Amino acid sequence: MLSRPVFPAAAFAAAIITLASTTGAAFAQKKYDTGATDTEIKIGNIMPYSGPASAYGVIGKTEAAYFNKINAEGGINGRKITFISYDDGYSPPKAVEQARKLVESDEVLLIFNPLGTPSNTAIQKYMNARKVPQLFVATGATKWNDPKDFPWTMGWQPSYQSEARIYAKYLMKEAPNARISVLYQNDDFGKDYLKGLKDGLGAKASMIIAEESYETSEPTIDNHIVKLRASGADAFISITTPKFAAQAIKKLAEIEWRPLHIVSNVSASVGSVIKPAGFENSQGVLSAAYAKDGADPQWDNDPGMKKFFAFLEKYDPEANKLDGSVVYGYGAAQTMVKVLQLCGDNLTRENVMKQAASLKNFAPDTLLPGVSINTSPTDFAPIEQLQMMRFKGEKWDLFGDIISGELSN
Amino acid sequence: MSAVQETASDAPAVEAVPKRAMTLGTGTSLVVLALLIAAPLFVKNFVIFQMTMLLVYGLAVLALNILTGGSGQFSLGQSAFYAVGAYTSAILMEHFGMNYALTLPVAGLICFVFGFLFGQPALRLSGVYLALATFALATAMPQLLKLGYFEYWTGGVQGLVVTKPDAPFGLPISQDMWLYYFTLVITIAIYIFSVNLLKSRSGRAFMAIRDNEIAASAMGIDVALYKTLAFGVSAGITGVAGGLGAIAVQFVAPDGYTITLAISLFLGMVVGGVGWLPGSIIGSAFIIFVPNIAEGISKGLSGAVFGVILFLVIFLVPHGARQVAMVAQHMLGKLKKR
Repeated sequence: MLSRPVFPAAAFAAAIITLASTTGAAFAQKKYDTGATDTEIKIGNIMPYSGPASAYGVIGKTEAAYFNKINAEGGINGRKITFISYDDGYSPPKAVEQARKLVESDEVLLIFNPLGTPSNTAIQKYMNARKVPQLFVATGATKWNDPKDFPWTMGWQPSYQSEARIYAKYLMKEAPNARISVLYQNDDFGKDYLKGLKDGLGAKASMIIAEESYETSEPTIDNHIVKLRASGADAFISITTPKFAAQAIKKLAEIEWRPLHIVSNVSASVGSVIKPAGFENSQGVLSAAYAKDGADPQWDNDPGMKKFFAFLEKYDPEANKLDGSVVYGYGAAQTMVKVLQLCGDNLTRENVMKQAASLKNFAPDTLLPGVSINTSPTDFAPIEQLQMMRFKGEKWDLFGDIISGELSN
Repeated sequence: MSAVQETASDAPAVEAVPKRAMTLGTGTSLVVLALLIAAPLFVKNFVIFQMTMLLVYGLAVLALNILTGGSGQFSLGQSAFYAVGAYTSAILMEHFGMNYALTLPVAGLICFVFGFLFGQPALRLSGVYLALATFALATAMPQLLKLGYFEYWTGGVQGLVVTKPDAPFGLPISQDMWLYYFTLVITIAIYIFSVNLLKSRSGRAFMAIRDNEIAASAMGIDVALYKTLAFGVSAGITGVAGGLGAIAVQFVAPDGYTITLAISLFLGMVVGGVGWLPGSIIGSAFIIFVPNIAEGISKGLSGAVFGVILFLVIFLVPHGARQVAMVAQHMLGKLKKR
């Protein structure tokens, strides 16, 4: 796929080449940027393997394992992936150092799935000035969908705001008279989410009668929950990370407060939240999902998940299939491989962004049935759909339609 | 409990360092300087960036060295001063469009005042208790920066993106190289200032307090004034380092200035040699490069590898780079005699 055909004849030739290359003919013209050759594609990555968010380091490990699998199966169009993943300890200055090392010293083609809103914000300007793809960033902040100002940066998962809007829609429809209390983590994740919730409620934002924030350094959030209960609320939205979500579920049961309880998607994992909090305490809790849960028996016979489990067994036997981060890393890596396959023999940075921005109905193995990845030159938000679910017995019951949380503005 | 109190108040927290041993000889200084000037001409931009960060953290370690090595006071709160400096520069540049170079003295001044004021209550504390009080400052700072009240200025949890300055007068060098030389000039200026400060009357007062407070006050030294002054100077220099760091990294966010940074700086000081100013740059190199080396050895166990390396350093050369330098000097001297 030549990017700029000059003459009509060249365009025609290009069309033929495109056709030919998809059928595997050898005469296709090859185009490369730094980081790609006939035998190799270099992909960079930045993960918090150490520091406060080190639990997410599993994502990087899963991705490395997935690329090993691809290499073992012959690579992408005959090219092996070299995956270089560095630790930034969740510190923005370190992320800048590592991004520069990847781009200038290791000379990667692109940086894939770097994790954390602060770290990605820190490197965004640099990546765009350098015109190196900062692809499928691992954060739910809303700002990554900005192709006009940052054409080299793209998100992957649904944004926190779009997820929060889905809950707002649900509440307005199912419980229009609810008195809502919100517990949120005092950081970019919590605040972005709260904004989405308020925007979603719109004129009815006054339904929120109490807000409490907590710091990740607090050992327990019990006092916040007692306070929220005292406000007289009958709905409780828990914008929390796994450890605190589990604490909240437990505390609610302990003080016998049974409001309509919504848990954010980041903490919907059966393995790391619901099980520790106790199944009996979690009955009726609501959330939304876009990916399948490795701990949920309803997916045991799902063809996509079977592939996923087979992959874990062979290439990543140490991984915990109950950990949502493993499912996440698999899906993200699969999307990356898809984009590189689409690039064919034109492995320029420009073409990578072009292909990433033209995914149509692509469904990685681990996404919910009906949820798919769609992008366009003006839409840099790959996953925008979620489905509501309610916890029942020992698993999540999905209900209702797949809802799009697309932001109108 | 009593044992703890004894160690806290009794033995001098920091070993006395003779004044002359605090600096390098002229010859060695010139060689180091020549290396620092010439090196960027031969390396990639990315390495130049790392060298800039080396100087920035070097400044911050130097500031802590003046406080701990000079006046004998502990601080685990340097990250707070660093953050204030970084945010001052970032806010002045982005909200007021001020020239980056002019923001640095402002950052330094604000941090000096902040450090001086913090030094007042800190006067009543010493040893481990002072370390804890400054620790509190370091843990509080990221949260203060997130506070909704300041959000318009600080950008809240999202932080602020800073524009990187171009080389002035149309000089044909890259932004990174310009910033490196800019940082180098400031670092040298502050280094010379620090060396002279410690050699001056005030420096002697610092060291007298470090060695024995009671004796110092008997000699007529205003202990309270000099202790707070040491805090102020140290905070001021850290503030300038923070400002430079913000310009080099092009981004400030609360997550960049956590207690981890304060501990890193403390680590840098110990590895470089407490009270030995040139060691600051070596300590800074340790905190920047050793984690990378550790990661290169084992990704999953990078923390453990780092721990082992640190343990070896403390075990083999407890006085850090200063000890290595002394041994080297000693051996050179022997060679000359032969």
